[in-house]
Amino acid sequence: MNQSIIQWFRFGSPQAFYPIAGRMIPWFWAAAAAFGIAGLWISFFVAPTDAQQGEGYRIIFVHVPASWMSMFLYLIMAFWAGLGLALNTRLSGMMAQAVAPTGALMALLSLWTGALWGKPMWGAWWVWDARLTSELILFFLYLGFMALQAAIDDPRRADKAGAILALVGVVNIPIIYFSVKWWNTLHQGSTINLTKAPSMAHTMLWGMLLMALCFWMYSIAVALTRVRAIILERERHTDWVKHAVE
Amino acid sequence: MQWNSAGEFFAMGGYAFYVWGSFGACALLMFAEPFLAKRRLSEVRQSLIRELLADELELKQKNP
Repeated sequence: MNQSIIQWFRFGSPQAFYPIAGRMIPWFWAAAAAFGIAGLWISFFVAPTDAQQGEGYRIIFVHVPASWMSMFLYLIMAFWAGLGLALNTRLSGMMAQAVAPTGALMALLSLWTGALWGKPMWGAWWVWDARLTSELILFFLYLGFMALQAAIDDPRRADKAGAILALVGVVNIPIIYFSVKWWNTLHQGSTINLTKAPSMAHTMLWGMLLMALCFWMYSIAVALTRVRAIILERERHTDWVKHAVE
Repeated sequence: MQWNSAGEFFAMGGYAFYVWGSFGACALLMFAEPFLAKRRLSEVRQSLIRELLADELELKQKNP
């Protein structure tokens, strides 16, 4: 096999990945802070007041990034889980397990900020609408994945069971994404719309993208921290771990 | 900038509870989660270090 491909496979071992992850984490925190400061500045001081929703629309700057991340992270979790199931690599299951709590957090924040946005604009904290319900199911899928993994003692078996749940649950992602098109819902359609009021749409879009990048970097940093803990927990009886903590 | 005073900024045009409730929840959880993840990592590291020290002690007792 090609030498460079073998090099990449080497990073797939927990032993090789543990120190690399440790070196990468501070950079992702720095990026998260930089994007977060810029994003918050635009969210509160650059983006103008909305003609219809006044200042209440500013919830968008956390609601949309949290919702995007809840879906992206699910796909990433399912990708790692599926890879682990197919290739039986040790690190894959650990990655899936490390991503799940952050995904659950993003789904929870999406629902929470959505409720706080829905109350003043629709007059209801919650409605059983296609978009909201499918996002709630996503939150439960994360919780189910975590509960299932926690309930099985043997980590390799837990990975396999969790992977099947994660892969079956992937069907929910396009349902969330297209729910506003497929059903007649209270939730508004896609917010990114450059055709109306360009100057305003641009600052809003930039604020949203910067906040989304901040949430991305945050998610990577925290998932890498968690995967390091999981690596040590699972590999604690190996010799390399003893040298790694010395 | 559309704010004339700090009070106006915090009032958020009457949406203070909803806007700050959203941003506040995000800030709270996004500070708590990394803290918990770091604590999990340091706990497993600490227990591994203790294990290592215990092994060393045992070894010393066996062949002083």
